[in-house]
Amino acid sequence: MKRLAIAATAALALATAAQADTKIGMITTLSGGGSHLGIDVRDGFMLAIAQSGRTDIEVMIEDDARKPDVAKTISDKFVQRDNVDILTGIIWSNLAMAVVPSVTRGGTFYISPNAGPSPLAGAMCNENYFNVAWQNNDLHAAMGAYMKDAGVEKPFILAPNYPAGTDALTGFKSTFGEPEREIFTQLGQTDYAAEIAQIRASGADSVFFFLPGGMGISFMKQYAASGVDLPVYGPAFSFDEVILGAVGDAALGVFNTSQWAYDLDNPTNAAFVESFRAEYGRTPTLYASQGFDTANLILSALEVAEPSDADAFRAALEAANFDSVRGDFAFNSNHHPVQDILVRQVVAGDGKPTNQLVGVAVEDHRDAYAAECNM
Amino acid sequence: MPLSLIIEQALNGLQLGVTLFLMASGLTLVFGVMGLINLAHGSLYMVGAFVTAWVSASVGSFWIGLGAGIMAAAAVGALVEVAVIRRLYARDHLDQVLATFALILIFSEGTRWLFGSQPLWLDVPDLLSGAVTLPGGSPYPVFRLAIIAMGALVALGLYLMISRTRLGMRIRAGEADREMIGALGVDIATLYTLVFALGAALAGLAGAMVGALQSVQVGMGEPVLILAFVVIVIGGIGSVKGALIGAILVGVTDTMGRILLPSAFGLFMDASSATAVGSALASMLIYLLMALVLALKPQGLFPVHARA
Repeated sequence: MKRLAIAATAALALATAAQADTKIGMITTLSGGGSHLGIDVRDGFMLAIAQSGRTDIEVMIEDDARKPDVAKTISDKFVQRDNVDILTGIIWSNLAMAVVPSVTRGGTFYISPNAGPSPLAGAMCNENYFNVAWQNNDLHAAMGAYMKDAGVEKPFILAPNYPAGTDALTGFKSTFGEPEREIFTQLGQTDYAAEIAQIRASGADSVFFFLPGGMGISFMKQYAASGVDLPVYGPAFSFDEVILGAVGDAALGVFNTSQWAYDLDNPTNAAFVESFRAEYGRTPTLYASQGFDTANLILSALEVAEPSDADAFRAALEAANFDSVRGDFAFNSNHHPVQDILVRQVVAGDGKPTNQLVGVAVEDHRDAYAAECNM
Repeated sequence: MPLSLIIEQALNGLQLGVTLFLMASGLTLVFGVMGLINLAHGSLYMVGAFVTAWVSASVGSFWIGLGAGIMAAAAVGALVEVAVIRRLYARDHLDQVLATFALILIFSEGTRWLFGSQPLWLDVPDLLSGAVTLPGGSPYPVFRLAIIAMGALVALGLYLMISRTRLGMRIRAGEADREMIGALGVDIATLYTLVFALGAALAGLAGAMVGALQSVQVGMGEPVLILAFVVIVIGGIGSVKGALIGAILVGVTDTMGRILLPSAFGLFMDASSATAVGSALASMLIYLLMALVLALKPQGLFPVHARA
């Protein structure tokens, strides 16, 4: 079904290529340990495009395999050969840092459905760069505040050593204060025995980890087998539906922060979750919701102006005049979201654990870097 | 630093070392006996992991999957030897590297084509899941202990095979003088295929065990292959004993370095730069070890002398 839909979309895109008015290039991760993030962003994005019924939009999709050099090559091709109007899709912040600055300086719009590294929100911000998801620190900062309130005193915190990993721990510490111990792991690492041994020996009272994609699956499986029974916390990236499906009951009861939940009660979201399940046969992750919102933001701006009229199109994007699956949504002065950060808990679901919305951690959260941004 | 952490990390190092030994022993045998540099050894590791994951998922038994994975790796190894590798023995190392690198690309794309590019997840069998309490008082995963035990068994089995059996005698003779054992009437072609398949089976075994611990994905073999090359260079190319000692040295150095260096730098630096410098240096540590060994003993720790 999914393949069929993609093939149909692709065929549609081909058929309409000749008269396509708007070209969108999507660079995302479709292979390797981080692939389910890119697949969900793509599927959410393409669902919104299909629902819009517009045939004058051509979306070109390429796999970056989580390699910065590959992402850079694809972006050069999209911008120079294909003359795309808008780029989107990058999952990983190290790839975003390799691609986004030169692309936006060159006048192409980049709308991020995921990666939100701190330099792009602050000192290196650009009028052509928009982030629909979050600034990297956001969910971690909310979890730091939540854990402080919950009475956690000595967390052991870990994240991969790449821009989003350092942003994650910076964000956590900005609200929690100093943890018992912090360590960085390698991006894409699959064996966490050494880290788990240190967690056991550290005397910490809890673990906060940011390990998106396959890294989270490997860590949770090995953590569950290790016999360490400290409570774990994290952002939604460490506990998305795909990770929970692979990890199983080991994650039951865990609290995590997210800007979206599939059981968030608003009509746009209910319709999105239902149509996504019908189209792809699975529950969307937060990445799918971000892809969906990204596409709808672009569609809303295209109603008002063409990307060739850059100032008008930018103003239309800034207005964010679309129905977000998150409910309220607005852009801050640095083109990053102002939004509520929610708390979810992992509960037993239909055959595998799932996330349940339990409350709001921070209302109308704004990221910490807007003041540094001069557009 | 508590003793229990040291013990646990030593075990982790041993487990990594044993995994590397399974890879390195095949690599070193193939190089020692046939004089062939086989970059595609990591692909056989990947084949073992994928077949194990796939068969386990379809049959529902890890053990049947493991058997199938090992046999598939051996069969693929034998097939590759007959079809491709056999033509490379007489060529120089550059040709061998080029051809086996091409095999990596073929295997990676082929696997992606067959199984898709998303990782597969292989669950640890129930018998070996959970943790046991170590003498120091801290729990340790049973499956990692099982990997160590299995590696020890393989090492013992290889030792007995090479020192006590006719096949082993021929392997040693092949290392010493290839032309002479041919002249003595040993079927060299079959011997080579056998040795290659044996190395492939060991790589497949390593892939299956590590796959259950981590994840099964395209390209999983190459990082391990690089470490396995470091191991055989340290141990002395062609020496199985060297591969064992080298693998454990590399495994323990790597794992211990990852915890000891950041804490050591923490004594005179602030925490975050100590973590950064310590982990950067820790990832270089095994290469420093290799450089040190090569400076002191250019032939590796246990050189095989016969090669003229």
